[in-house]
Amino acid sequence: MPNATYIALIPLLPLAGFLMLGLFGRKYFKNTSGIIATTLLLISTALALYTAYGYFFEYGKVDGVYQKLVPLKYTWLQFSEGVSIDMGIILDPISVMMLVVVTFISLMVHIYSLGYMKGDERFPVYYGFLGLFTFSMLGLVVSSNIFQIYIFWELVGVSSFLLIGYYYDKPSAVAACKKAFIVTRFADVGFLIGILILSFYSGTLDFNTLIERLTVPESNELKNAVAASFLGVSALTWGLVLVFIGGAGKSAMFPLHIWLPDAMEGPTPVSALIHAATMVVAGVFLVARLFPVFAISAPSALSLVGYVGAISALIAAVIACTQTDIKRVLAYSTMSQIGYMMFALGVSKYGGEEGLGYTASMFHLFTHAMFKALLFLGAGAVIHFIHSNEMKDMGGLRKYLPITHITFLIACLAIAGVPPFAGFFSKEEILLAAYQHNPTIYWIALITSGLTAFYMFRLYFSIFWNKEHHPHGERHGEGGFVMMMPLVLLAVGAAAAGFIPFGHFVSSDGKQLGTEFHLQFSIAPVVLGLAGIFIAMWMYKKENSKPDKLATSLSGLYKAAYHKFYIDEIYLFITKKIIFNLIGRPAAWIDKNIVDGLMNATGNGTKDISEIIKGVQSGKVQQYAIYFLAGIIGLALLFIYWWK
Amino acid sequence: MIEPGLYHILFISATLFFIGVYGFFTRRNLVTMLMSVELILNSVNLNFIAFNKYLWYDRLDGVFFTIFIIAIAAAEAAVAIAIIINLYRSHKSIDVEDAEEMKY
Repeated sequence: MPNATYIALIPLLPLAGFLMLGLFGRKYFKNTSGIIATTLLLISTALALYTAYGYFFEYGKVDGVYQKLVPLKYTWLQFSEGVSIDMGIILDPISVMMLVVVTFISLMVHIYSLGYMKGDERFPVYYGFLGLFTFSMLGLVVSSNIFQIYIFWELVGVSSFLLIGYYYDKPSAVAACKKAFIVTRFADVGFLIGILILSFYSGTLDFNTLIERLTVPESNELKNAVAASFLGVSALTWGLVLVFIGGAGKSAMFPLHIWLPDAMEGPTPVSALIHAATMVVAGVFLVARLFPVFAISAPSALSLVGYVGAISALIAAVIACTQTDIKRVLAYSTMSQIGYMMFALGVSKYGGEEGLGYTASMFHLFTHAMFKALLFLGAGAVIHFIHSNEMKDMGGLRKYLPITHITFLIACLAIAGVPPFAGFFSKEEILLAAYQHNPTIYWIALITSGLTAFYMFRLYFSIFWNKEHHPHGERHGEGGFVMMMPLVLLAVGAAAAGFIPFGHFVSSDGKQLGTEFHLQFSIAPVVLGLAGIFIAMWMYKKENSKPDKLATSLSGLYKAAYHKFYIDEIYLFITKKIIFNLIGRPAAWIDKNIVDGLMNATGNGTKDISEIIKGVQSGKVQQYAIYFLAGIIGLALLFIYWWK
Repeated sequence: MIEPGLYHILFISATLFFIGVYGFFTRRNLVTMLMSVELILNSVNLNFIAFNKYLWYDRLDGVFFTIFIIAIAAAEAAVAIAIIINLYRSHKSIDVEDAEEMKY
């Protein structure tokens, strides 16, 4: 059993940084805040790597199976015997992997921000928020209790809100952070109800106990949860679907994805950290955490996960082909890749070779974090140089930004699934898993992978090749060492992460999973990917009219995709027209006329009566004496004549 | 010459009481009003004494009450005169009509 203290330090160090910078940053650490936060996180990262080494190679494996260890558990709120909210740390392959991913990406972003955010007025606040976010995310991944994960889940939402709205004097940023918060909160209601259902039937909030009770077929808890049904669906399935809704909100799955593109209003390193590599995979992580329950006890909930993931992947890829803001293209590509992870879980089964999808999903999560963070940081470097997000202002930048160019190219090749870059291996596994279990999803995934290659290289050629659209004045360099170093490190990750034998470490049942490489199977996706790249090259390498012609010939589809399939408009229609008019306005009328009316009537009545009788209080002493005398005489008469 | 009985004394007492009440209501001068109050108190004293003498002449309760009332009346006069002096200082008048700010 490992020593729990240093594992607890991994999330607590960023929290310490947040408290220090949040409370005293603006006064005492105006210039040093970045260094402080980065140093703290460096220690966290080192501890996370040490933990990962220890877990995977020393104590984690017992008889060839990776155990779920709980080195730290502190009971925080005890409700009854067996039901309590604990603050604990769970170590299993996915949480250890996430510890490494989150600390590493966060460290890269911390370093990168030293250059990117230099000179910003609220530098300490920025690093404070980053620390809060890192703390919440690390707390989320090590949660040993379903309620603990919910607490950190909300903390992640809050810090994401703070960081999206970092430029709070920009109305679009304010609108975006509100939107992100409301949409994810809305989804989290589902999560909360799901937690209540699951914990009600299993009689516990502890993850390990809950999974154990709900997966053993003979257990009473499982029998009750399956027997109880609502609208023809068992309570267990409802609970899991509701938990998945929470996950879908955070992970920007269709139709709760609308906040993600708008969230790009935040500073670009934040987009890299939160809205690409870490926070948005929280939903995937949640499904993976409860995966045994999904796979063994409620396959129908799991297939819902699969289809939602596949639809999100395809829709996002189509939309990404038409967007012109580079960060939005990346946002939609994120959504698409998370769709991949989701449906990989959705097509997976529990245990052994059948659990390939689970391994593939986690593998893709790992490689995606690398190349997507790299893409965002590269886009940040481009935006830093051009001072614009629009593709049409860019072009020909390969001469000015050589390092960014090469690293961006590596990331694009990785996401497009070109061998031997990281994305190729993970995507191959996902496609294989889909091919084995669900042909429909396999075909959707295949089309999406072609589209992915196309839109990524559309982006790449538009930024770095094409014609130069920007004025040649006021050049400044590519950004200093602190901005280039993370790019290079992440590029190494994006290029080489695929060679990690992931199945050895992460699998649905903890046993080792051999992933052999199927050459004939990978031909189709690679050919499709290369075709996408060449089409993009043909259309966007030199400035020409082909893209416009294509857009006009597919005008209906193009327009719909450009407007993101009008999903935002549908939401606006539902909220503004239907909810506001049918519920909001009548409720407001009742409040104004009936509730307020009652209160006003009481107040006015009192006022009128007092207006009438206030003359009694005249201030004349003798008048009071007359009332007094009259009262005495009245009482005297009463006693003499009536009260015999 | 008739020996004065209880009714005579009660009659005088009632007269004194209503003279006091009348004075209290009609006078505007605070000192006069204070004097009227004294009249009312003394009419009550007369009642106590009369009842004690004619009905329970073997007891002293009425006399005790009377002595108490006299003492209280003295204290009351002191307080009332203090109030009147203060009123005079602030209003330059001891007319009760001039002191009617304490109203709605």
